[in-house]
Amino acid sequence: MSLSWLTEFPEMDRSDLLAIRKTLDAAYRDFSRSYGDAIESVFDPLLRFLVWFEQLLLNTPWLIIIAVILTIVYRASRAWKLTVGVAISLGLIGYFGMWDDTMRTLSIITVCTLLSIVLGIPIGILMSGSKRIQGIVTPILDVMQTMPAFVYLIPVVMLLGIGKIPGVIAVVIYAIPPVIRLTNLGIRLVDKEVLEASAAYGANRWQTLWGVQMPLAMPTIMAGINQTIMMALAMVVIASMIGVKGLGQPVLKAITNQYFTLGLFNGLAIVALAIIFDRVSQAYAKRAQRHLGGDHHE
Amino acid sequence: MSDVLIKISGLYKVFGKNPQEALAQVKAGKTKDELLVETSHTLGLEDINLEINRGEIFVVMGLSGSGKSTLIRHFNRLIDPTAGSITIDGVDVMGLSSSELREFRRHKISMVFQRFGLLPHKTVQENVAFGLKVQNIGKVERLEKAGKWLQDVGLSGYENQFPSQLSGGQQQRVGLARALCTDADILLMDEAFSALDPLIRSEMQDQLIDLQERLQKTIVFITHDLDEALRLGDRIAILRDGKVVQVGEPKDILLNPADDYVESFVKDVNRARALTVETVMKAPKYRITADTIGEALAQMKTLKSDYGYYVSDEGYQGVVTQESLEQALKAGSEESDTKDSVVDDVPVLSTQDLLENVLPETLDNAHPLAVVSEDGKLEGQLSRGEIAKVLGNN
Ligand SMILES: Nc1ncnc2c1ncn2[C@@H]1O[C@H](COP(=O)(O)OP(=O)(O)O)[C@@H](O)[C@H]1O
Ligand SMILES: [Mg+2]
Repeated sequence: MSLSWLTEFPEMDRSDLLAIRKTLDAAYRDFSRSYGDAIESVFDPLLRFLVWFEQLLLNTPWLIIIAVILTIVYRASRAWKLTVGVAISLGLIGYFGMWDDTMRTLSIITVCTLLSIVLGIPIGILMSGSKRIQGIVTPILDVMQTMPAFVYLIPVVMLLGIGKIPGVIAVVIYAIPPVIRLTNLGIRLVDKEVLEASAAYGANRWQTLWGVQMPLAMPTIMAGINQTIMMALAMVVIASMIGVKGLGQPVLKAITNQYFTLGLFNGLAIVALAIIFDRVSQAYAKRAQRHLGGDHHE
Repeated sequence: MSDVLIKISGLYKVFGKNPQEALAQVKAGKTKDELLVETSHTLGLEDINLEINRGEIFVVMGLSGSGKSTLIRHFNRLIDPTAGSITIDGVDVMGLSSSELREFRRHKISMVFQRFGLLPHKTVQENVAFGLKVQNIGKVERLEKAGKWLQDVGLSGYENQFPSQLSGGQQQRVGLARALCTDADILLMDEAFSALDPLIRSEMQDQLIDLQERLQKTIVFITHDLDEALRLGDRIAILRDGKVVQVGEPKDILLNPADDYVESFVKDVNRARALTVETVMKAPKYRITADTIGEALAQMKTLKSDYGYYVSDEGYQGVVTQESLEQALKAGSEESDTKDSVVDDVPVLSTQDLLENVLPETLDNAHPLAVVSEDGKLEGQLSRGEIAKVLGNN
């Protein structure tokens, strides 16, 4: 009698494994053949918006764009230093010839972030209201966050081909978990006595949600949004593999052709965008929630 | 005579997975500890029966964990009972649908919390207006009303501050104003002053008493502090391990504690600070009503006393003694006013004075001192012997 199962894992039969893979692949391919077009048309409005927004950023004179961005930065943060820093970064990006790519990336990040917020916050709210939903959603989020991004690019591309929409979907899948998780967490952490007060004065669920839970959860939710933006930026390079234009494509080109400087510059531009988004959203969050933090005196 | 506003009967609350089954065991005689060990259910409240009258401050007192917070949350059904009925102003609160319950909470009953429960992102004025906002009352109207109540609790000028910018006492005033702003008849206060410093706490108690005098709400006040209970309560219920062990007026609790548990509370209380003159005074014995000296002297003789309290149509006038009357007679005639012979410098006590405050005067005087109500009527007398008896048998 041989003891080979001790030294070698008793594997499934090769042909069986192959059969499984073939069946699943074929099934999914059939699915995408028959429904791909329908699903694509569902995303049509999104695509049109995406294109419109990208064109808007690309066609507007750079001076106006910078003026608008600086206004937003200043109004959100009320910090001169940050505003000046952003102005210098944008100036350098343009000077080094990365303006158009930066605008493309900016447009897709903005859309992905908005989409993540619009989808993620309601899911987080539902989770916070029910142990069962939380029990279902949490493992899904775990998988979404740990699954290598390349793996779920495959079905998306099979379904929708290469282009902006699959890129957006991939980025959103990758970046949405923090918003969902932290919305759920933030709402669950709301002071029980404040909730009791809300109930004691006869507030209904809607009033409690929007008048008490969401505002008090906002610092946590903002932290989630901030993480989501950062993850979306990180995903931009990977998404460029499936046809998303922007700063990711030169980076990809630099990797395949070993253009170190090209990679570095575009990489730095992504970092600059990340820092701008991060600082501005954090400064805004801090300013908006200055009264939530206990004994802070203005 | 008294008008019952809130009636609770046969109320039980069991916390745990299967409260009904655990309740059956409680009714079969299991104690709180046995229930916890054997079934891991917590007996929160056991067979509570209470009647609370309109316009009174009803205090529920007990040690931490005795079920006070659980009990008070049944009044507005923040907690639902395992068994029992709650009737408020003729309405069966347990029978309300969820939308009826919301209406009931909006208009009928409001609540003040131990750690204030304010919205940190809203201004003080918006916090006070919270109850009205929930009722969908317009912004201008609700803020105006909130402003008025802020003034009433002594916080005008703080309208646009945020709760975190206020001291604890000020924050609780906001909590109080919020509760008053909905014009609810019933105010629930769960250890509302327990988180405050002693000095601030006593200020808040005074303020509550003042407000209550004007507003005549029905207040259910929770505390673990007997001094506070005695100070505020028209009646006090004492809770132990989820059961009511005694209900009564402060003086009943102090002078006739129902069991050792109550006695152990009462032991540490400074009675001089807890009891008012009214609760220990005796009926006035020597009442002189004659308006002329001659008649007054005659009256005193029939009373077999050498002093008396002269009372005219306008109420209590002062102490007259045999000596002062005779002196006045010498100086004038039998027809002179009794009023002129009133002895100067004899202190008068008021019914609402705390014993502590009248101790020196009472001990200084050989005669019992007169006790007078707010509108000047003679209500009773207090001797140093009486005081010694009450304070002595601690
Ligand atoms: N939600 C709950 N689940 C389980 N046990 C509870 C719950 N709320 C209160 N209890 C228990 O009920 C008892 C009374 O608690 P509580 O009403 O908070 O007391 P108090 O307010 O007098 O300090 C305590 O033994 C407490 O542990
Ligand atoms: Mg409590």
